[in-house]
Amino acid sequence: MIRVQNVTKTFGDFAALHGIDLEIKPGEFVALLGPSGSGKTTLLRIIAGLEFQDGGEVLFDGEDVSSRSVGERQVGFVFQQYALFKHMTVAENVAFGLSVRRKGRPAKADIRARAEELLRLVQLEGLGKRYPGQLSGGQRQRVALARALAIEPRLLLLDEPFGALDAKVRKDLRRWLRDLHESMGLTSIFVTHDQEEALELADRVVVMDHGRIEQVGTPEQVYMEPASPFVSNFVGETNQLPGGVHARPHDIELVGEGGTPVLVDNVFRRGGSWRVEGRIEGHDKVVEFDVDASQPAPKLGETVQIRPRRVREFSS
Amino acid sequence: MTASSAARVPRAPRRRWRQPSVLPGFGLTFGLSLGWLTLIVLIPLATIFLKSAGMGWDQFVAVGLSDRAMAAYRLSFGTAAAAGLVNAVFGLLVAWVLVRYTFPGQRLIGAVVDLPFALPTAVAGIALTTLYSPSGWVGQFLDPLGIKVAFTPIGITVALVFIGLPFVVRSVEPVLADLGRDVEEAAATLGASRFQTFRRVIFPAIFPALLTGFALAFARGVGEYGSVIFISGNMPGRTEIAPLLIVTQLEQYAYDGATAIATIMMLVSFAILLALNVVQAAGRRRYGV
Repeated sequence: MIRVQNVTKTFGDFAALHGIDLEIKPGEFVALLGPSGSGKTTLLRIIAGLEFQDGGEVLFDGEDVSSRSVGERQVGFVFQQYALFKHMTVAENVAFGLSVRRKGRPAKADIRARAEELLRLVQLEGLGKRYPGQLSGGQRQRVALARALAIEPRLLLLDEPFGALDAKVRKDLRRWLRDLHESMGLTSIFVTHDQEEALELADRVVVMDHGRIEQVGTPEQVYMEPASPFVSNFVGETNQLPGGVHARPHDIELVGEGGTPVLVDNVFRRGGSWRVEGRIEGHDKVVEFDVDASQPAPKLGETVQIRPRRVREFSS
Repeated sequence: MTASSAARVPRAPRRRWRQPSVLPGFGLTFGLSLGWLTLIVLIPLATIFLKSAGMGWDQFVAVGLSDRAMAAYRLSFGTAAAAGLVNAVFGLLVAWVLVRYTFPGQRLIGAVVDLPFALPTAVAGIALTTLYSPSGWVGQFLDPLGIKVAFTPIGITVALVFIGLPFVVRSVEPVLADLGRDVEEAAATLGASRFQTFRRVIFPAIFPALLTGFALAFARGVGEYGSVIFISGNMPGRTEIAPLLIVTQLEQYAYDGATAIATIMMLVSFAILLALNVVQAAGRRRYGV
């Protein structure tokens, strides 16, 4: 059980975190989601012990670790840019955490066996003798993960783990990480600015903005019942209709008459539906909505009537 | 029509006289650099060989390997190596401080590091001699301890340390700056102590650059003349460096003797620099970058 209590952090004049409270249950896979500057990475680094909070406490299983160094906290940390040791082989990288142990360092042969086992786990068997420079981005990130797992961490922290990878590799690695998390039962927290990634991977999503937690919930809750206009905007696509009403593009339908008139500006295919972009008369915001592709596409310059099926209202 | 016939009739692969490459101009740039190196480095060096080849083997050995010359080689290469090592340690420290911390006057110190490059070496030699002579600012404290710096090999080493410092600092600095913070943080999360992180993560990463800095400082030290002659005292067999010996020969119009010594110095220097280069290339290949 990881507990963050009223943690604050400022860098110079900039308040990175204003009193963060958060609880993470054992075995949970939690996403810290937010735009850059929201404080998500700072929070992750404070939990790891790479950064120290100005106020508040971080508790691991009820024990205050605030004054513990990063090495003592026994957390696995995976960096966005892999941060592999270039001059060491893949196997040496993975074994590093065990080989620097001052107390109870395993025998050399045991360390080697453990490194091989971990490389098998991350599906890089046989690449132990290579150097990181000879691997692809996805392979490097898996080496970084194996290296973090080698110290048998009580907590796995990942800072934008897929940020530097291309779309296809990212997708594969995501699914693979999800499986790995489930099979190992390790408590994990990852930082991302990609809402799709957070919704797909996490058991719970923590949406952050400007150093505050906006909402904590399951992906379903965060998407379907956003707690604030920010969450509604940041997680998934949202139309801001007049009067503080938010509606998802797929929650808007075309009606024959009696709806809100919208002037169509652009229509294009997105998967199985037409994505229509238009403007409500007298309202300058763009409205986006989906029309099933089995229906004829609305024409450019045409005025159509729309009605939201499902909305969230926020008093503005 | 043409497309389909081309598809049906397999054409014999045509031999190209030039491999296509995205980096154009290999022939031109390679030719130019080879020409430039020949003009600037190889021809002058070849003249030395030719000149010394004309003197006959026995005479070459008699002058080039005389006791006085051997002592000069030992002194020159020994002090240059010692100064290179001192610079490797303290140059690394200076580079570390300049890269890792921000402090008032940082740019000023950065500029001070380069001063040994700009200063006429004779000026440095005179200044160091004044400081380290038994009555000088620094020498007066060392003299009672029985440490004599000026007019001894220690003094020569001091002068070479001064001359060689920028080489190490400027070679290591960019590599150290390039070494991401995250690599050190990764080591820390894995439980490594500060010392273990330095020894196993930082040092291996900057070692090739440090070796380059050492090689440059060493090479410069071997050839250094201006700053050393003032502080060394120039006693034949004791504090006479090889470059000075060459100048002495020249002053006596013994051109053959001068080139003989120069040839031997050149061969030894070349062998050492080549060895250092090979070590580095091997390291770079190994890391696959």
